Amino acid sequence: MEMLSRLARRGVFALAVFLVLGAGIARAAGEGVFRPETFTLDNGMQVVVVSNHRVPVVTHMVWYKVGSADEPPGKSGVAHFLEHLMFKGTKNLAPGEFSATVSRNGGRENAFTSLDYTGYFQTVAKDRLEIVMRMEADRMTNLVLSEEVVEPERLVILEERRQRTDNNPGGVLREHVSSSLYLNHPYQRPVIGWEHEIRALTIEDILAFYREWYAPNNAVLVVAGDITAAEVRPLAEKYYGVIPRGPDIVRARPQEPPQKAERRVIHRDPKVGQPALSRSYLAPSYTTGASEHAYALQVGAELLGGGSTSLIYRELVIERKLAVTAGAYYGPDGLGPGTFVVYVSPRPEVLMEDLEAALSEILDTVAEDGFAAEEIERAKKRITASAVYARDSRRAGARVLGSALTSGRTIEDVESWPDRIAEVTAEQVTAAMRHVLDDNRSVTALLLPEEPSEEQAQL
Amino acid sequence: MTMTLPRLARGLAAAFALLAIVAAAALPARAVEVQRVVSPGGIEAWLVEDHTNPLMAMRFAFRGGAALDPEGKEGLANLASGLLDEGAADLDSQTFQGRLEDLSITLRFDAGRDIFAGQLRTLTENRAAALDLLKLALTEPRFDAEPVDRIRSQILANIRRESRDPDVLARRALFEALFPDHPYGRPVDGTEESVAAITVEDLKGFIDRRLARDTLHVGVVGDITAEELAGILDQVFGGLPETAAPWNVPEVEPKSGETIVISKPAPQSAIVFAQPGILRDDPDYYVASTLNHILGGGGFTSRLYEEVRERRGLAYSVYSALLPLDAAGLVFGGAGTANARAAETVEVVRREWARMAAAGPTEQELADAKLYLTGSFPLRFSSSDRVARILVAMQIEDLGIDYLDRRNELIEAVTLEDVRRVAGDLLDPEALTVVVAGEPDGITATN
Repeated sequence: MEMLSRLARRGVFALAVFLVLGAGIARAAGEGVFRPETFTLDNGMQVVVVSNHRVPVVTHMVWYKVGSADEPPGKSGVAHFLEHLMFKGTKNLAPGEFSATVSRNGGRENAFTSLDYTGYFQTVAKDRLEIVMRMEADRMTNLVLSEEVVEPERLVILEERRQRTDNNPGGVLREHVSSSLYLNHPYQRPVIGWEHEIRALTIEDILAFYREWYAPNNAVLVVAGDITAAEVRPLAEKYYGVIPRGPDIVRARPQEPPQKAERRVIHRDPKVGQPALSRSYLAPSYTTGASEHAYALQVGAELLGGGSTSLIYRELVIERKLAVTAGAYYGPDGLGPGTFVVYVSPRPEVLMEDLEAALSEILDTVAEDGFAAEEIERAKKRITASAVYARDSRRAGARVLGSALTSGRTIEDVESWPDRIAEVTAEQVTAAMRHVLDDNRSVTALLLPEEPSEEQAQL
Repeated sequence: MTMTLPRLARGLAAAFALLAIVAAAALPARAVEVQRVVSPGGIEAWLVEDHTNPLMAMRFAFRGGAALDPEGKEGLANLASGLLDEGAADLDSQTFQGRLEDLSITLRFDAGRDIFAGQLRTLTENRAAALDLLKLALTEPRFDAEPVDRIRSQILANIRRESRDPDVLARRALFEALFPDHPYGRPVDGTEESVAAITVEDLKGFIDRRLARDTLHVGVVGDITAEELAGILDQVFGGLPETAAPWNVPEVEPKSGETIVISKPAPQSAIVFAQPGILRDDPDYYVASTLNHILGGGGFTSRLYEEVRERRGLAYSVYSALLPLDAAGLVFGGAGTANARAAETVEVVRREWARMAAAGPTEQELADAKLYLTGSFPLRFSSSDRVARILVAMQIEDLGIDYLDRRNELIEAVTLEDVRRVAGDLLDPEALTVVVAGEPDGITATN
């Protein structure tokens, strides 16, 4: 799940929590994962509260059910551009005042945009919750934009694009993988947008997008930390409850046609110091396609490439010494199609074609035979054995629930996740792997060093 | 900033700000109690008991890190950190890793310039097994040929990958330039040559010489009592030698004032810069820390953020930070800018450096910084792992077990006079060593 945030962080920021979902949340049948409380305001805004009482601190998040995949054609990047501009002032607050106020209250804040949602959050001492809630509610409807704030921010976003993508050969390749994997679905566009379209976005484009999507009935409030729903409700009613409901919103996106041909994208770049290969398969998600496979595929991904005892790591890295690393992951949690990805990186003396052949051989065997029943039981236990860890973190519940509720899922879906994983059978894993490992729905991507020209090679 | 706001709206905005300042006067009560636990064998750990969830997080660190790697074997501590969980005693690599996975135990090690450390996380029901695996990893690592070869190949792949990344190149070159004849100038993960040269004997020597009780600090958070913890410390760490081999990293003054350009084909120039800073035990540390927050440390509100990003759109990311290593202090920073505008970014950074050195911050900037630094302190306690890290950092830096209670007083005590004095003494745009990797226009390297 690609996510961009407004402030660059050194180190991993938001992605980690989502990877946790793959690496294992949860335990104990019927016990749930985060045990949140929830209610809905009269204007349709859902409120979710996750209690964690370690310190008197709360994280306040508003999630909008809109991401880059909801952008109109030709306007790529508008969701993310808007996210940046949400800090630039409202009818009530001058540019910069939002952040200055959060900071003066000892708060930390950021925002993020993904394919399916856009979110804003502040972490503050519990007694400052009202201050940030008042400002967040204000900018849901009162944003004011001018050339003076939009133009410097456009340059910032172009620098962000250069930093994440253009300076980074892996980033360039990922954009081409997405464009190739989706024939018609808007997941084919990068979240940050194409440079020429970012340059062309107008204030009117951005405000039109804001007016269409930012409304209480298209938003979810998540408050996590040292607080209960009973404490949140009066504040939520006071600040969010008074905002009029907007028109009903339908997220109608172009869908994928049947895919019938395997694809290959190759990127050679002098900045590549270590080659790599990935194969991405169009896969079902919880909400799209053959979603009955979504749980079995998580077990399959764990066994195939979930760590240093997984099948392809054992075979390709340890036993046959063809690769320095090998792994697999499956992303089921988008509103659109999912992806199932396997990746390898060769040892220096190994030809990429030999490594790819070995990988394909393993994938063929898995599609044919699946995994042994006892391996499946071990994997399920591993995946579901650590709900406690997720509950320990103040942020994990807020992030997992916020992303689920803005991507077509419910609290019950999140809470029953361990039980659904525990029910997966060996037959289901085999069927799911067979379903997903279809080369006609795949893109194989190669990241290669730029080869010297013949002249250079002779020097 | 030239938006026109109706009068009423301005009043509202002012009311927001007022509410903010009034509210900030009240600090949340202390919510984390630190206990000192000493085992019968004399091993000390700091503990925060928290029985909310049935789990325990432990952080442990040995003083003495990659700066002690022998010449020609740079990357030794880093390679060791990748191998301690790859087999120990009678458990080979796959068995050891499989046991960690099956019991949902996280165990990993990391090497910094000044420390070698590790992190353990386990559910209460698997605690005994987790501690046993940790003890074996620390005292009986196998260093079998297969995992040594495999982890080495992964580190080498990473070095090759990073060898063409402008960000990493710039950072490596900066440390080389700052510390030309000092271990801090060498990369923590080594070079292709030095990593290839490390032998199993070197790894065994590292364990024998570096992991010892006299350099060990332990922080524990979670579902465990002081009595229980006292009982297990000896079991886990008691088998380590009493003292580490003699070691010394000489104090060093970072080299100032160079500009280095690394030509690499890339649309964006990676810019990093640093000048001599102060050590963690300097009496002015909290003054400098507050100063840095105003200069470039504070998220969306610092001067560098305002001048480089908000006003001019020169970079997505721009920051400064204090980096107090054991034997040298740095004020460090970075930005990423399109090649055509890289020179302008460097110029703006130097100008802000000079402006702060000349006049210091305003009274308002200092007041705002103190509100942030004191008010945000409890935000750091976001998970058991994070709290355990804080407990170990407090011990390594010798901050005292009551530090969490005193820390905000230390910030509150910072005066405008202090910050102006330290700004003038510390910050010097001429002392900045700047490294730019990419194809920057208009930047001339010194030498």
